[in-house]
Amino acid sequence: MADLRDLYQEVILEHSKAPRNYRELKGADHRAEGFNPLCGDRLTVYVQMQGDLIRDITFQGSGCAISRASASMMTQSLKGKTTDQARTLFEDFRQTVTGQTTGNGNPVDLGKLAVFSGVSQFPTRVKCATLAWHTLQAALEGKQESVSTE
Amino acid sequence: MSTAAGLPANVSETLLHEIPRFDVERIRADFPILQEKIRGHQLVYLDNAATSQKPKLVIDAIVRYYEHDNANIHRGVHYLSERATEEYERARKTVQSFLGASRSSEIIFVRNATEAINLVAQTYGRTHVGPGDDVLITAMEHHSNIVPWQLLCEEKHAKLRVAPINDHGELILDEFERLLSPRTRIVAVGHVSNALGSLNPVATIAEIAHARNIPVLVDGAQAAPRLPINVQEIDCDFYAFSGHKAYGPTGIGVLYGKASLLEAMPPYQGGGDMISSVTFEKTIYNKVPHKFEAGTPDMSGAVGLRAAIEYLNHIGMKNIASYEHELLTYATETVSNLPGVRLVGTAREKAGVLSFVMEDIHPHDIGTILDQEGIAIRTGHHCAQPVMERFGVDATARASFALYNTKDEIDLLVRGIQKVREVFG
Repeated sequence: MADLRDLYQEVILEHSKAPRNYRELKGADHRAEGFNPLCGDRLTVYVQMQGDLIRDITFQGSGCAISRASASMMTQSLKGKTTDQARTLFEDFRQTVTGQTTGNGNPVDLGKLAVFSGVSQFPTRVKCATLAWHTLQAALEGKQESVSTE
Repeated sequence: MSTAAGLPANVSETLLHEIPRFDVERIRADFPILQEKIRGHQLVYLDNAATSQKPKLVIDAIVRYYEHDNANIHRGVHYLSERATEEYERARKTVQSFLGASRSSEIIFVRNATEAINLVAQTYGRTHVGPGDDVLITAMEHHSNIVPWQLLCEEKHAKLRVAPINDHGELILDEFERLLSPRTRIVAVGHVSNALGSLNPVATIAEIAHARNIPVLVDGAQAAPRLPINVQEIDCDFYAFSGHKAYGPTGIGVLYGKASLLEAMPPYQGGGDMISSVTFEKTIYNKVPHKFEAGTPDMSGAVGLRAAIEYLNHIGMKNIASYEHELLTYATETVSNLPGVRLVGTAREKAGVLSFVMEDIHPHDIGTILDQEGIAIRTGHHCAQPVMERFGVDATARASFALYNTKDEIDLLVRGIQKVREVFG
């Protein structure tokens, strides 16, 4: 049976209460809005690139604990990464929260983001966890329209 | 065969019996799903505004229809077709008396309240609303009573006007009246708000609108399972509701319309059953209500809805309304006393719905934690995003009650909310 503590881990609760990099990024060269119409979560991701490197990344918006913590920890883990690294990390993250393993059958190494593995026991909350990542992807691809989880 | 509430499977024959005292335990025994265990807990189903659970007798009526009566209606000369037609038309009469309509031809079967509203917008609306005209709704409407009018207004270059609500979630009647103009062609208003629970004074609204010869549609999706309804007393021109929120099956809904209006309206969809003769040059439409029921309808749905209404009649809508009022009062007191909890929608006249938010905790998280306790509530915008915006929230948690809910279940809800607070520290 799913355990609430697997979902609401201390780290997640802590990030949801005091999200990191929670501000508008003045010098952003990429930004996108994400929306989950099912629960009303809404956030904006701002990215400042330096060549292929994510120099700075921030977010703003409102949402549930899972979506806020996920956005907060995403910004932390992506600062200084290349867009390719970000894409790989998103794929690994997505597989973890949906309860899949990588192609070779090994669990992926997500570092701190591994705290989100409990989400896989709560299928209705997967979209909360991936909203920030989908929004980031839209920002990097330069899409103007807001992304929606539906 | 009889159910725990003392209802034989064929309810109609027992309707003359004296209505028993409201006995919630006996009622609960009529709903098989209430025995379900959810995540190791007894199900506490508080998402009734989304859809209600079904008594065994409704489920049985559908099974019986398919096992004994099924054939296509209004066309076969054979025995079963005749019987199926009879069942279907009996359901129409049951709905007629449930709504207090003067004739059964004023009852049109549709899929749900949404389709009923779309039907009116696309037929009455398209023939009466033109460029520069107004359609008036209220700020507490469900999307199903907003979007059909928006589509109409867009097509006709008309204007959708919205009567405001106050901080309690009550319609401001003076403002409503002020917004009625010589260009207002129709008023569409919810009877009970699904997001706030506010009960609108629909009879007064109809009186005000009729003084200016403006017809009124009432969206009764939340009212039909909760309140005694009489469309002639309300004097509304159209009334819409869904079977599945009123203990009936999904896929069947009702549009009531005054005969004079329905007769003058063009058809909604074309097809079989809605015609009296077809040639490639010209089609003559069938009489009402058949003009609006193109194609094979949801016959088993109508039969199931009839069983649901007979069940409600047996218990008595007044008894149901007063029991649910008691539940709502109890829930309002206990939930609003919890620290950090704020109710959204505190109208003096309310029915069945308790929407709330918690300080620093998103409704989605509330919903997940309650779900672990087997408590089903709705979280989100409840298909009423403008209402959320009016109250400055993205979403709410909503507990909505039905005749089978108990004060014990409300206590479990309260304990669940306390647990939410514990998880978040």
